[in-house]
Order: sequence, then structure tokens, then C-alpha cells
Amino acid sequence: MINASLKELSAALAQRKISAVELATLFLDRMERLNPTLNAFITTDRDKTLAQARCADEIRKVGAGDTAASLSDTPLNGIPLAHKDIFCTQGWRTTCGSKMLANFVSPYDAHVVERFAAAGMVTLGKLNMDEFAMGSSNETSFFGPVKNPWDVSRVPGGSSGGSAAAIAARLAPAATGTDTGGSIRQPAALCGLTGLKPTYGVVSRYGMIAFASSLDQAGPMAKSAEDCALMLTAMAGFDTRDSTSLERPAEDYSRHLNQPLTGLKIGLPKEFFGDGMDTDVRAAVEAALAEYRKLGATTVEVSLPHSELSVPAYYVIAPAEASSNLSRFDGVRYGYRAPDYGDLADMYSKTRAQGFGAEVKRRILIGTYVLSHGYYDAYYLKAQKIRRLIAADFTEAFTQCDVIMGPTSPSVAFAFGAKNADPVQMYLSDIYTISTNLAGLPGMSLPCGFGNAQLPNPMPVGLQIIGRWFDEARMLNVAHQYQQVTDWHMRMPEGMA
Amino acid sequence: MSLNQEGVGRIARLARIELSAAESLATQDQLNGILGFIARLQAVDTTAIEPMAHAIGVVQRLRPDLVTETDRRADFQAVAPEVEGSLYLVPKVIE
Repeated sequence: MINASLKELSAALAQRKISAVELATLFLDRMERLNPTLNAFITTDRDKTLAQARCADEIRKVGAGDTAASLSDTPLNGIPLAHKDIFCTQGWRTTCGSKMLANFVSPYDAHVVERFAAAGMVTLGKLNMDEFAMGSSNETSFFGPVKNPWDVSRVPGGSSGGSAAAIAARLAPAATGTDTGGSIRQPAALCGLTGLKPTYGVVSRYGMIAFASSLDQAGPMAKSAEDCALMLTAMAGFDTRDSTSLERPAEDYSRHLNQPLTGLKIGLPKEFFGDGMDTDVRAAVEAALAEYRKLGATTVEVSLPHSELSVPAYYVIAPAEASSNLSRFDGVRYGYRAPDYGDLADMYSKTRAQGFGAEVKRRILIGTYVLSHGYYDAYYLKAQKIRRLIAADFTEAFTQCDVIMGPTSPSVAFAFGAKNADPVQMYLSDIYTISTNLAGLPGMSLPCGFGNAQLPNPMPVGLQIIGRWFDEARMLNVAHQYQQVTDWHMRMPEGMA
Repeated sequence: MSLNQEGVGRIARLARIELSAAESLATQDQLNGILGFIARLQAVDTTAIEPMAHAIGVVQRLRPDLVTETDRRADFQAVAPEVEGSLYLVPKVIE
């Protein structure tokens, strides 16, 4: 059952082969056993989870004729999932991986959390993450690093590393994630999962603690593209409470899953296939492309000439927005307050010095600098102009192809501490993912093999698919067809049985 | 445009983050590394390019100027560090 797809779990629940309570218990027991090793969850509450599961069972029992009848028919009713701890959850702690919010219990639910609750899904707990989603390795969490289930001496990727590790170790069948510069796709790649960052504005950001508002986007993480399609259908939708939420008709993101790929044109950006990608990653990605050709797709070389500027542009824009968003953490209305202080300014400064970790402080300081008097035009405005050039590159590339493919991450999961000494080296972990956030495009990662040439344990490699704006259904189709002829997405770390 | 210790102190004050002397020195090195990295943006000619503030160019929506939220002051103040008589408590700012 732990390897079952969401569709299979849904069928098992509908046919009364298992109850929601039994299913939740199965995952809670695994969590109890394996989480001490992995540190994927920050908060769990068996009683709350089982209460939700009992409710899901009751709704299914009552069935048609009741006010809850519509819920009994939803495919996700009774299926457990876990939330990245960036989503506000009423009654559960929401820490965002920070000491600043270590004891914060939100008075409301995020839109995404409401959506899954309305679909009858059962919350298994809150997942560890890089502090305020700032990191590429999950080493910046106040609650300690998350271990990669494929090799616990290696990082799971960040910032949705808790989400990725939990699914990879089968502590949860699915999870929410957020992606500001690659934080769904990169950990999905490093842990052997499928993860999708939708087009900016497709999923509401209400109740999702803001990092860089013009880049942040919530999305699904699961074992397969089919599972992600089911989750995205539940997550997406207009929300008046988020001014950047887009008013679009509801979509069934599973609708194209079974279409053949004959005639599909795959664009391969020459900038993604140059130096900088590890040999193992290159081999796995090339093999995946060969598989796509067998499925009827053709490949064409495209160019994204400004892609090398995406990381520096991101590291101006994201910290600038973060420095503004994180100004709300001042020890007045919620969160941590320093125990000893003098005047008001001293209280702010001590609270923020003690409440934030090193990476968050670093980014706030960079953001403050690039927005400060005399530097705004040189840095922030310049980066916003380069952002347009990056988006225009994609528009041009999509005149020649239907989707773009390449590696998700330049390497497989690296060892803890390997990139801590130099922030810039860490920032380059997201070199292939950041440009889609700047352009607002949808991107996804799916497992396409393993890199094991010089490693004691084989580590997963991710294939990235980038689509046109609002082309999620087609991307999921492209991923699903590949997953029909390969089984990389069904592999499970040996030690997690 | 590299930062000296005085510059680090100015930014830390603007950001309202207290830095110890040791932190300030380490921060100076790291920030200069990052600033050096992002300086490569300057090499690109962007004279005729419009800045792109948002990925999807949509116009901000307006809504009727009506009260739609209910009063949840007690819920929100329940998570505050210090509250008294429905007011948030902070150090005295006026003598």
C-alpha cells in the first residue's frame, strides 16, 4: 500500500479494502519509525490526523443524499498528505523552518490547505524545510537538516527537502511544496520524485508565508505525474485573497495524460547541455531523451542566451523581495521576541538577530543593500530588466518546440556541508531551475535514472520539463507517457522498506 | 562596489538586524562575494528594456470598498508575544 498511487489508494478506499483511519495509521507508524533518522517532519499529531481520517470515513459511509455527498465522490477523500511547513494550518504549528515562528499556531488555513481539506484529504503533519524557504540543501532549518532517504549522509535538496524525503521514504504518499527558484523541482530530482511548479498565479499564495512574492509558487510533489495531476486539480483555482491569483476556468489536469507523444517537439537549450553538468546526470538525461524519441518525439536545439544571468538576477530580486516580506517579523504581533532589550529599535534588532538564521540574515542584508538609496537602479532595476530578457528567450524558444527539457540539477544529491562555505556555490545548485521562476513558466522534474559511478549508493537524477505558460496538462502528459514505459519513479530507497 | 565594515553596519541598521563584531566581519566577506557574483549583470546593455516586475502581466483587480472580514482580533492577538487590554505591548517610544 505504501507504494500505491493516489488513484490506487482512492480505489482501495472506495471499495472499502482499507479505511482512511487504517491508511493514516499505516503512514503514521512508518513516520514514527523512520522520522527520527530522516527528520522530515517538524510537527506531527496522531490524534488530529486520526480525527480527520475518521471524518473522511464517516463522509464516505454517509454517501449520497447527505450534504457531504459531493465529498464522498472526490477522488482524494481519505487519502493522507503532508504539508510543507510554509503553509499556515489552523490548529497546527507553522514554523517555516525558523526559530522566529517555532511556536506559532496559525489562526487560519492557507488556501491550499483549505482546498485539500475540502477534498477530504487527511493531514499527516508539517514538513521540514529550509528556513523561510531559503536554501538548496535543507541545511538551514532551525529544526535541523533533513536526510536524503537514498543516502542519509547526503542532502535531500531544498527548500522542500522535508516534502521530498517524506515521499521518497514512503512516510506520505504526497505532499505540498513551494518553488521560488527550484524548491519543488530540485529536491524532487535529488530524492527521485515527481514535482511540479505551476505557472505563476495558478495556485493561490494566500496563507503561504511569503519569501519572494513575484516568484513564489505552490505545487504538488508525489511519486508520479499522474498523482501530481490529481493534486494540482485540487490545488489550483482563483482566490480573491491573493491579488496575483489568476481568474481562469477550473481545469482537470489529468485530461491529457493518455495522449500519445507522436509529433511532440522537445527543445534542448544548448546552454543547459554545456559544461557544468555532472557526467552521471548527463548520461541519465540523454537516456531519457532517447526514450522520448522512441515514444515519437523529436528534439531540436534551442537557445536561452540570457540563462547564465538567471542566477545573479534571481539573487538580486529574491533577496530584495525577501527583505521587504520579512520586515513583518519584528517581535510585535506574532513569533519570537528577544527576552532582553532596550528601546523599540533595540527590540527589533535583537529579535531579528536571534530569531533568524544565518542564510535568512544574509539574504535580508543583500536585499536591503540592493534596494538602498543609490543602488536601486544599478541592481534591482537592472535585474528586473534582465528578467524580461530571460522571459523573452523562452518566448522565442517556444516558437520552435512544445516543451523544453534538460537536467533539473547539475549534480546528484551532495554531502552535507559540501557547499556551506561559499553561498555562491550553493546558489548555483539551482542554475537550471531559476529561469522558469523569473519567467513565471511551469516547470517539473521527474526521475530519469541514477548517478552511481563514484558513489557508494546510487542517487536519483531528475529530468526537467519546462512548458509554455498554463501548459501544465501537456507537461503532465509528457511526463506520464515516459512513466508508462519506465519505472524510475517507482523505485524506493532500500533502507526505507 | 565592495562593502566595508561601515557599510555592513549601515545595512544592518537599515535591516534592523544586530550583528556582533565577529558576525559583521564574516558578513562583509560573504556579502562581497555575492555582490561580486551579481555584478556581472552590469555587463548587459538594458537601455531599451522595460523592467519586468511580475511574471504574468495582469492588471491589479479592484473590489468594492466594503467591509468583508469579521472581527477576529482575539484570535490574532492570541499569538502575540505581549498583549494587554487588546493592545500589542512594545517598549515605550514617547517619554
